[in-house]
Amino acid sequence: MESVVDWSRAQFALTACYHWMFVPLTLGLGIIVALFETIYYRTRNQEWLKICQFWAMLFGVNFAIGVATGIILEFEFGTNWSNYSWFVGDIFGAPLAIEGIFAFFCESTFFAVMMFGWKKFSAGQHLAATWLTAIGATFSAWWILVANSWMQYPVGMEFSPEQMRNVMTDFWAVAFSPVAVNKFLHTVQAAWCLGGVFVLGVSSWYLLKGHNQEFALKSIKVGGIVGTIGILMSMLTGDGAAVQVTKTQPMKLAAMEGLYEGQEGTPLIGFGIVNPDKRYDNDEEAMLFEISIPKGLSLLGRHDLNAFIPGVKDIVEGKDMIDGEVINTVPYAERIERGKMAQTALRQYSSARKSGDKQGMQQAEEKLREHYPFFGYGYFESVDEAIPNVPAVFYMFHIMVILGGYLLVYLCFSLFMAYRKPQWLTVRWKGIMLFPAVALLSIPLVWICHQCGWGVAEMGRQPWTIQDILPVQAAISSLESSQVMLTFCLFALLFTVLLIAEVGIMIKQIKKGPAQE
Amino acid sequence: MSYEFLQEYWWFLISLLGGCLVFLLFVQGAQSMFLQPMSEAQRERMVDTVAHRWELTFTTLVVFGGAFFASFPLFYSTSFGGAYWVWMLILFGFVVQAVSYKYRRAEGNLLGRKTYDFFLFLNGILAPVLLGGAVSTFFFGSDFTIEKSLIAHDGGVISQWGPLHGLEVLADWRVVVFGLMVLFLSRILANLWYLNQISDDLDIRAWNRRQLLINAIFFVPLFLVVVGLLVLSDGYETMGEHQFRIVENKYFHNLFGNIICLVFFLVGVVNVLNGIIMSLIRHDARFGIWVTGLGTIMVVMSLFWVAGYFNTPYYPSATDLSSSLTIYNSSSSEFTLQAMSVVSLFIPFVLAYIVWVWRKFTK
Repeated sequence: MESVVDWSRAQFALTACYHWMFVPLTLGLGIIVALFETIYYRTRNQEWLKICQFWAMLFGVNFAIGVATGIILEFEFGTNWSNYSWFVGDIFGAPLAIEGIFAFFCESTFFAVMMFGWKKFSAGQHLAATWLTAIGATFSAWWILVANSWMQYPVGMEFSPEQMRNVMTDFWAVAFSPVAVNKFLHTVQAAWCLGGVFVLGVSSWYLLKGHNQEFALKSIKVGGIVGTIGILMSMLTGDGAAVQVTKTQPMKLAAMEGLYEGQEGTPLIGFGIVNPDKRYDNDEEAMLFEISIPKGLSLLGRHDLNAFIPGVKDIVEGKDMIDGEVINTVPYAERIERGKMAQTALRQYSSARKSGDKQGMQQAEEKLREHYPFFGYGYFESVDEAIPNVPAVFYMFHIMVILGGYLLVYLCFSLFMAYRKPQWLTVRWKGIMLFPAVALLSIPLVWICHQCGWGVAEMGRQPWTIQDILPVQAAISSLESSQVMLTFCLFALLFTVLLIAEVGIMIKQIKKGPAQE
Repeated sequence: MSYEFLQEYWWFLISLLGGCLVFLLFVQGAQSMFLQPMSEAQRERMVDTVAHRWELTFTTLVVFGGAFFASFPLFYSTSFGGAYWVWMLILFGFVVQAVSYKYRRAEGNLLGRKTYDFFLFLNGILAPVLLGGAVSTFFFGSDFTIEKSLIAHDGGVISQWGPLHGLEVLADWRVVVFGLMVLFLSRILANLWYLNQISDDLDIRAWNRRQLLINAIFFVPLFLVVVGLLVLSDGYETMGEHQFRIVENKYFHNLFGNIICLVFFLVGVVNVLNGIIMSLIRHDARFGIWVTGLGTIMVVMSLFWVAGYFNTPYYPSATDLSSSLTIYNSSSSEFTLQAMSVVSLFIPFVLAYIVWVWRKFTK
């Protein structure tokens, strides 16, 4: 990697990946802690209070580092993506500000009550604070995901040549775009799943060690419910996400499936190995090996077994098909040409405006409006630049799906055991206690699943910061690559050290157990 | 509501957030004194009083950034992308702060308590000095140019800065003085905070009153120098969207030419000094933090008004005057400001629950 674009992308990816290690645990564990405290509030049983305080303590350790990594993300839009901040700041800034005013204040204010307010607030007030912390974190996720979804599906705006930027025209279209709603539900539900898997994994350690077993079983029951609901619902909304991607980001879907040439009744690849030599313009086989489900992708993307799903080559060539009819979309080569025409028109508009030539402005604006839908393609010199890294997106998507399937089985079975066959939780096979072994192994797996999901969303939309409008190379700040490389290394080191510290603190606290709290 | 009114309203909100942020920097002021000689028990007692306050300063900074992004995106784009090192250092300090209170006494924290205390100290110095320095560029300018049409050129970036990317302002003694003034103000606020929170430990109270005196001895001359610099220096006046002219003693005229601004500034200054003097004279004084805190918010707000209202570019470019930012040429569209203004009506409710929680904690 050499360019400032690469380093800026790497820095943002680094921060986002680290942030996304901590945030889903905040979202998932927040709900679980609130449920524990609700049970305590209703029963006034001190055992439940002990359980609640133990998990709240782990929540607190994680919350701090989530907040720390989050602040960098907000400011990086300005520091590393200054063109972006101006070009779409009129739309993008609003959800960030609203997140701060409503959600983050709510979350951080009541977090203090949740962690330090047991003696200062009544039980009811404290319970409300715990719920408000969890709700605030979820509400915070809503606005951040609205902002992210808008980058993937820009709606509710128009381009203002006079201001040389995009301006918002419909706040509600931005705040409640179908992509945003679906992304929010999918992400938050997946976070509940992660919270559940974390609780099950940690609790299973006590089963393995043979102490705090009652605490462990109670935790598994509540965590298992939240985790199972989370994975079931995230699978439903995952289906919604596939439909949205098919409609709004067909290139991302093609990359997710390693699909180069579409067909009616497109199969869904369960798993496979992508041919690294395959390009949209050669005749190599797309996959070296694959296990596929016939017509699965057509069913997933368009809810129709015989629907046509375009591949990378089709999209580049401008071909799609709906209900057996060939639909001509705009080929990428033409998009690049028209994008350059839009950019030329914008430069002409700017010159005409400076010289007070109203007729020139009008002519340039007409040409600009005609070609503006492809404005971003004008930054490319070849079609290759507009295609994401297919193997990376393909593997991340399939790892996410496979792990999601595993987590569904694991959580459902765990829940069944916890409620119906608790003795099975401690069954041994060849000296190994099976459930704790699986539960502990599932902790890293659920995190890998989350990271892959985020990777699909972000790498699948490359090279765009704003779909079809602004690619990454046009969104940057005027920086030297060495400067960004230095801050990348600094933050990589810092975040890694803090992650190790967090894990170290958690392990110590877990070893102490709830009785010590 | 006219577009102009909305732009001015949002500058008012930015000034209010800026004022609150400077007041809440008392947490950083406290951190900047963590490494000073004192007994272990005293240190822990004092740390405990700010340990669940840092979130509020942190959140206010996040909201300050978000509000600037939403209302004045061209400033966000220009300043953050340009003064890269200044903002990165500020952010580094806040990242390490966010974990340090929680981790410093936790077992298995990898780095040991002293490292986290050093992180807090680092944030305690960096945040006030650099945030103060960054705000001072509202008056003293920065080296940047803006050409929006570069967005339509391959490889073009609309704002260009010098090779030092913001660090060059640290060579400007006026910026350094401004930053140091904010640092000593934050330390004063921290001393007043401790005097408010700790009433039963006479040693801690005596220590804080001594420190208060020392910090005030540094702060007052720095403040006077800053005020002198502002009222005596020339400023710029907006003649058109991108047209400006130099006006002698512009900030003096802005301050003394508007009665509300002047009253805010003077009452603020009196409050700041009153809180300090009262706490120095009276051994049992506890309310200095609120008096000086209110004064701080008022002074900071009035300085933001001086910088941005009265046809003044709030972010002057020392390299290319026509690139200077005003609240009119750098704001969001009328539609976005309207939408955000509706959102801002809920701020009192947010403030209400924050105050309620604060009061319950302080009792």
